[in-house]
Amino acid sequence: MNKQEINRETEESVQEGYDDSKEERKVVVPGETIVSGADYLPGEGAVREGEDIVAQKFGLIEHSGKLVKVIPLSGVFIPRRGNVVIGQVTDMTFNGWMTDINSPYQAFLPIMETPRFVNKNNLSEFLNIGELFSSKIKSVKAKGVDLTLEGRGFGRLEGGMIVFVNPNKVPRIIGREGSMIKLINDESNCKITVGQNGLVWIKGDNIEDELLAKKAILFTAEKSFIHGLTDKVKEFIEKEKGDKE
Amino acid sequence: MAYTKRIDGRKFNETREIKAKIGVVPNADGSAMFSFGDTVAIAAVYGPRQLHPQHLQNPEKGLLRCNYSMLSFSVNERIRPGPNKRSTEISKITEWSLAPAILIDEFPNTVVDVHIAIPQADASTRCAGINAASLALAHAGVPMKELVTSVSIGKIDKQLVADVSKAEEDYEEGEGATDIAMSFLSRSEKLAHIQLDGKISPKELNEAIKLGLETCKKIRKIQEDVLKSIKDEKGEK
Repeated sequence: MNKQEINRETEESVQEGYDDSKEERKVVVPGETIVSGADYLPGEGAVREGEDIVAQKFGLIEHSGKLVKVIPLSGVFIPRRGNVVIGQVTDMTFNGWMTDINSPYQAFLPIMETPRFVNKNNLSEFLNIGELFSSKIKSVKAKGVDLTLEGRGFGRLEGGMIVFVNPNKVPRIIGREGSMIKLINDESNCKITVGQNGLVWIKGDNIEDELLAKKAILFTAEKSFIHGLTDKVKEFIEKEKGDKE
Repeated sequence: MAYTKRIDGRKFNETREIKAKIGVVPNADGSAMFSFGDTVAIAAVYGPRQLHPQHLQNPEKGLLRCNYSMLSFSVNERIRPGPNKRSTEISKITEWSLAPAILIDEFPNTVVDVHIAIPQADASTRCAGINAASLALAHAGVPMKELVTSVSIGKIDKQLVADVSKAEEDYEEGEGATDIAMSFLSRSEKLAHIQLDGKISPKELNEAIKLGLETCKKIRKIQEDVLKSIKDEKGEK
């Protein structure tokens, strides 16, 4: 198992992770007043209308100081700069690859952003159509999304398996400061890369380990509403392991 | 004889039994079922996603596309499946009533597809369709200013009634039946769409709109409760 790989993953996810310690969260619907008062500031998914802070999305409220934002419960993945994503190559152009990152927009990975020399006349040597890779979003412009492979652990994914989850559950799978993903990592002995776009790549020494990790990830995504989820997942993995023996 | 008692025994301002549910189509990004008594509508939302054909793409804003269709077995006499004059009109009407509530300008060059199917029809199908679509859009995580709620108000002979059923729509005595389908925005309480089929005086129309708004407030409560119950369902499993 590659420890550095995990560390990178956790570092990336610090600000994206889900904090379990806060109190129960309320569900809001679009057009609902979250709070009233001039002291509050509207964050993502919220807007000020006169005195009120009004929700623009269906999701859970999060207060952080004066800032009030709505964390969506559903919806497609909207790319943001710095997100780690897992993509699939759909086309090759003269200077890079067009890729599908499970979002409304196609993403482009230029040759310039690859970590080693790639022959312009033979792009398929490095990444071929249909192949999967992990990468980071370099920029999001009106024209589209640009990817980069700069950074540790990015590149083509070989072997292992891919699990699809709701992109909005990804913070829960990562956990606070990467606690959840570290737990699943350690318990299943698999290398796990979580893309913010809802694709999770699992690579283990054998299929049994991979299946265990897959089950744990799907369990986490399904039970994302539960309080104290880390302990529940631990229990779940131990039970699964017990059943095998 | 004047219309003093409703055919199904409801109060004049009472709707039929309303049932609503979200997440009925697992493949879609968001989905909902909404029913007024025997009228059932299912809405599925896909997107925002890349819009094809490319010439329809707008680099300034996203596009909303609605598609309403009544299934062939939804009424007693089989209807030919596929688009027809009526369904094309209702698709457009649905699009227009949802457009003021949703904020897809944030997603240029994309489309949000809303598919509405009517598996069972007993009048007011467009209203059930709009209600279902509004829930499905919220469920799909599409940014919205507010929800959209729709209801049909009827004038049966001289009496205003809420949520017209098929039997009332076919009422022929006295002044006959007038059917007014209308949609309201949930927060601003503005009128998003109104259609009139029949005859009505301006004064009565104003009263009808008032009754429509009152009824929509009750329906909106149900829509909100359904969306909010998502946490209880998943948490207890």
